[in-house]
Amino acid sequence: MTTPVTGATGEAVTEAATGARVELRGLHRRFGGTVALDGLDLSIEPGELLALLGPSGCGKTTALRCVAGFEHPDEGAVLIDGRDITGVPANRRDAGMVFQSYSLFPNLNARDNVAFGLRVRKVAAARRHARAQELLELVGLPSVGERYPHQLSGGQQQRVALARALALEPRVLLLDEPLSALDAKVRSALREEIRRLQLSLGITTIFVTHDQEEALSVADRVAVLRAGRLEQIADPATLYDRPATPFVAEFVGTMNRVPGAASGDRVAVLGRTLPVDGPPAHGPVEVLVRPEAVIVTPSAEGTATVVASSFRGSTARLRVQLADGGELLADVPGHDSVRLAPGVTVTVTLVDRPVLVSEPRRSP
Amino acid sequence: MSRPASTASAPVPGRSRRRSRGWIATAPLLAFVAVVFGAPLVVLLGGTFVRQGRFTGENLAESLQGAYLTALIGSVKLSATVAVLGTVLGVFLAQAVVASRLREAVLTASGVLANFGGVPLAFAWIATLGNSGVVTRVLGLGEHGWSLYNFWGLTLVYLYFSIPLTVLVVTPALDGLRPQWREAALNNGASAWQYWRYVGVPVLAPSLLGAVVLLFGSAFAAYATAAAMVGTTVPLVTLQIANALTGNVLIGHENVALALSLDMIVIAGLVMAVYLPLQRRSARWLR
Repeated sequence: MTTPVTGATGEAVTEAATGARVELRGLHRRFGGTVALDGLDLSIEPGELLALLGPSGCGKTTALRCVAGFEHPDEGAVLIDGRDITGVPANRRDAGMVFQSYSLFPNLNARDNVAFGLRVRKVAAARRHARAQELLELVGLPSVGERYPHQLSGGQQQRVALARALALEPRVLLLDEPLSALDAKVRSALREEIRRLQLSLGITTIFVTHDQEEALSVADRVAVLRAGRLEQIADPATLYDRPATPFVAEFVGTMNRVPGAASGDRVAVLGRTLPVDGPPAHGPVEVLVRPEAVIVTPSAEGTATVVASSFRGSTARLRVQLADGGELLADVPGHDSVRLAPGVTVTVTLVDRPVLVSEPRRSP
Repeated sequence: MSRPASTASAPVPGRSRRRSRGWIATAPLLAFVAVVFGAPLVVLLGGTFVRQGRFTGENLAESLQGAYLTALIGSVKLSATVAVLGTVLGVFLAQAVVASRLREAVLTASGVLANFGGVPLAFAWIATLGNSGVVTRVLGLGEHGWSLYNFWGLTLVYLYFSIPLTVLVVTPALDGLRPQWREAALNNGASAWQYWRYVGVPVLAPSLLGAVVLLFGSAFAAYATAAAMVGTTVPLVTLQIANALTGNVLIGHENVALALSLDMIVIAGLVMAVYLPLQRRSARWLR
């Protein structure tokens, strides 16, 4: 079961943005019989941090690699500031990339790793070393310049990789699940560090992740991909509160499926009739409801029972069994957890707001 | 409060005892080395400095003159040529097949061919590219001055087992090159050449140096193939040792063979003296 996620960071993109506009137009990419990208369209604003989110195999890394130049789309185009760079080799693109892990050159120390791009461009040793030191300071590692990658922790390695990606002052930064190999604490700290740097540099950033919490907490907008296509693109709050499809609703955050009866643009569920968010529906449906949209009230006449309670500080998550035997999750204020202890009889209803409905799932 | 450093770093008695007992396990190996390498070395050293019952440096002096010196230089030249060419060509072959469908076939063949030497190898080449060899006659190579029985002919035959040996040695190292390194280099503006120049070759360097030394050693010590192919046409130290031991040239000069063997040990030692610092330097990032 997933934990609740916070909303958007609310941080605005700096006005001094120097990033480029990135556009993906109708990208198609197949690997043998597998479709990785199926007509992907995306537009990323200058200085924006866009998270590409989706399950494994949805095409998010392939899309990123098309921007980096490591993959070439079968159809479609990649544009940076309106210029078609689809055919431009990877080593001539104005994009720095941080890989998932273990991408530092093992034979070079941290300083030389950061300075690698400058060395390739024949920048004088003194200048490139000074610049590398500057960048190491920027990522909070001023004293690791002489250390080799195997002498650095995973988090330090990724910081060095970030400094290396920024060394050539690219206008686009590509992050391919850069935190996935790190432990939770380092991951959280580095995530904030990346966001801080991205905002201060104003660099357009594409951040690939399969972790919805990560995507929602750092991105200006999140693009959810499914089977090589864009399912929804929105700011984190909208994505969470107003998911466009049942797939997005269930992929982002926790979602209950409650049986209901639809009649056009209304649906009857748990004793209420609520507006349908989306196309009209008819007949038996499943209503998609967030745990925080479930209202649980202790009542001797209630037909539902609290079967489990998990205290989480400001909130408590309840597992409630309904009269028909079905169960749903509900988030209630933490201080209500005492009077809503397991075994208490309750009434259950929903917050009055539009809800997504979905075809009932077939029984396995 | 943390413990004092001295306490934390104090040796653990149990571990120390285990380590001292660990040496016992190496005793059979050390005994084997003493018998197989040590005893011959003592005999060799003793014999080198003895001629007709008296202690002398004449054998050693003679081993560094005339035909013997020419043979020593010839062996070093041949071994160095085979080592360098074998490593370069072997690395190219290994890189070409490492990610291809031919990989397993090439590795299996390399395992066999790397151990294919001696008289059978010489005969195979003589039958193919010797003066009356099948290919020589079909292509009329003899009319163009082709001969297998010279320095480059011998180099070619030695490469036959040296290239597969390189493939076996460097393939694991090539497998260790992560695709992300190449992509990270490209992403930083490097060309494929620059990737190999700054990352690929330095990462492979310890293995490449190891392959060079291995090939040098196996070519330097090879005897049977050369004896069957070129006799004394190409001056090689192993052939001279055989001649001196059998009294083929001069009777009573058997101990010059021991002196030549000592020369070979010194040359091998010099190669190692060059190799070890280079290897340490190329692998400093591994420590």
